Amino acid sequence: MRIFGYRIPMMASLLVWLVIWEFIGQFELVLLFPPFTEVLSALGDVTTSHSFAGAMQVTATSYVGGLLLAIAVGIPMGFLMGLVPAADKMLNMWVNTFLSAPLSALVPVFMILFGLGTPTVIVTVFMFAVWIIVLDTRAGVLGITPSLLEMSYSFKASKAERLKIILLASLPEILAGLRLGMIRGVKGVVIGQLLVSIIGVGALFQLYQQNFQMAHFWALIVILFTIALTLAGIVGRIEKRIEYYAGARN
Amino acid sequence: MTTATVTKYEGNLDAIQPKNPIIEVDGISKIYNGDVHALDNIKLNFETGHLTSLLGPSGCGKTTLLKIIAGLLKPTAGEIRVKGKAVSGPGRERAFVFQDFALMPWASVIDNVAFGLKMHGMNKAERNEKARHYINEVGLTGFEDKYPHELSGGMRQRVGLGRALAVDADVLLMDEPFSAVDEQTRRKFQEDLIRLREIEKKTFIFVTHSIEEAVYVSDRIIMLSPRPGRISQIIDPDIPKDVSPDDLRRNEAYLNTVEEIWHVIKKYVE
Repeated sequence: MRIFGYRIPMMASLLVWLVIWEFIGQFELVLLFPPFTEVLSALGDVTTSHSFAGAMQVTATSYVGGLLLAIAVGIPMGFLMGLVPAADKMLNMWVNTFLSAPLSALVPVFMILFGLGTPTVIVTVFMFAVWIIVLDTRAGVLGITPSLLEMSYSFKASKAERLKIILLASLPEILAGLRLGMIRGVKGVVIGQLLVSIIGVGALFQLYQQNFQMAHFWALIVILFTIALTLAGIVGRIEKRIEYYAGARN
Repeated sequence: MTTATVTKYEGNLDAIQPKNPIIEVDGISKIYNGDVHALDNIKLNFETGHLTSLLGPSGCGKTTLLKIIAGLLKPTAGEIRVKGKAVSGPGRERAFVFQDFALMPWASVIDNVAFGLKMHGMNKAERNEKARHYINEVGLTGFEDKYPHELSGGMRQRVGLGRALAVDADVLLMDEPFSAVDEQTRRKFQEDLIRLREIEKKTFIFVTHSIEEAVYVSDRIIMLSPRPGRISQIIDPDIPKDVSPDDLRRNEAYLNTVEEIWHVIKKYVE
C-alpha cells in the first residue's frame, strides 16, 4: 500500500485499529474493551502468573497430543483413500461431512465419553485437525502423475521404493494439509478447553471473565492469536521449501 | 534416386520378417472396458539393433502396444517374447522413455539418471559414475546437481533418455518422447537420437504421430490404423545415410516417403 508516495507496510492497518481500540477504551464506550495500553500491561501480568505457565503446559500437551494423533491417523487414512477406490467410496462422504460440520457441538459428547479433562481436549484437537489432513493427503496421492508410478514399475522398483515415491510425490499436498490441520488444531484446543473450562487456557478465561479482569482476558487472547499465527507462519515456511517441486511437476 | 520401398501388409509377413528378432509380438489384442478394441490381433517382430517406429493417428493403439511390450499393461490376449522368452511384466532388457518425462521432481539430475541403477541394487559410487557417463552422453554435463524444475522441457527429456540408457537395456521403448518439446529442440533431439543409435547399438521402438520424425529416424515404420488398432502398412524408408541432417530434410526420397505415408494416413484423419 502507498500513501503520498510512501510505502506503508501491511501491518500498519493494525495500528489504526489499535488506536480505535485505545480510543474506545479510554472513553469507556464499550464496557468489554479496556484501553489497549492496559491490555499490554496486563500481558506481563498474565505471562508471569503461575496459573499461566500451568495452563500453557496443559494446552501444549493436549495440542501436541491431539495433533500427533491426527497426523498418525490422517496421513495413513488419506493414503488409503487415495490408493484404494473402495475405501475412498466408503469414507469420502464422512470425511467431508466432518470437515464442514460444527465440531464444537460434539465437544459435550466427548466430555461425557472422556471426562472433564485433557483427554477430551486431545480428542477435540484431533477432530478439528484430522479431516483436512486426510483430504489433502488423499488429494496429493490422487494428484500423482500416473507416469511416475509407471516409471517406478518399469524399473522394477520394490514395494517400499514405490511407496517412498508416492509419499514424496504427494508431500506438497500433505504439508498443506498439515499446516491447515495445525491451525484448526489451535481452534480445537481453545474451544475444547473453553467448553471443558476447568483446565488450561479455558480455566484462565473463566477466571478472568468471572473476576471481570477484561485487560487480562484480552491479553490472553492476544497471546493465543500470536501463538497460532506464529505456528502457521513456521509451517508455511517449511512448506515453501518443499513447494518448489510441487509447481514444477510435469 | 532411390525411392522408398513400401510394403503392403496383407497378413503374410514372411517376406519382411526380421531375421533376428529381439521382440516378438504374437497375436496381441487389447480390449478396454469390455468393448473398446484398442488392439486387434497384432503380430509383429522387431529386428535387433534397428529403430522401428509405430506410427498412426491418435486412437490407433500405438502407445497401448508400446506399454504392453514394456510390460506396463496386460494384453487381453496374446504374448510378448523378448529374446525368445515370454514375458508378463517389465524387465531389465527393456527401458522406457516417457512422453511426459516422468522425472522425480525432488531428485537431482544425477539421482534421476541413476534411479534404474539404484533399483538394480548398484552401490552409490558405482551408479553415480555410470550416471555421469550417460549424462555426458545425452549432453547434460554440468547439470548433474540441478533439479528437473530448473531445466527446460528438452533437457528434462534428455534426463529421461539418460535414465533409460544407463540401465543398459537391450531395447529402448520411447513413447512420443519429443512431442512435449519445441520444434527446434525436437530436431536437435532427432539428430542426437540417430547419433546415439550408432554409439549404443541398441534396439529402439519409437512411438510417434509425426510422419517426418518417423521417416527421418526409422529403419522401419509400422503404420497402425485405428478402431480397432491393426497394422495397416509396413514401410522401410530407403533414405541415403551419407547426407547431412540438413540436406536430408530436402532429400527427394525423404520427401516422397513422407508424402506416401501421408496419403495412407489421410483417410483416418477427419
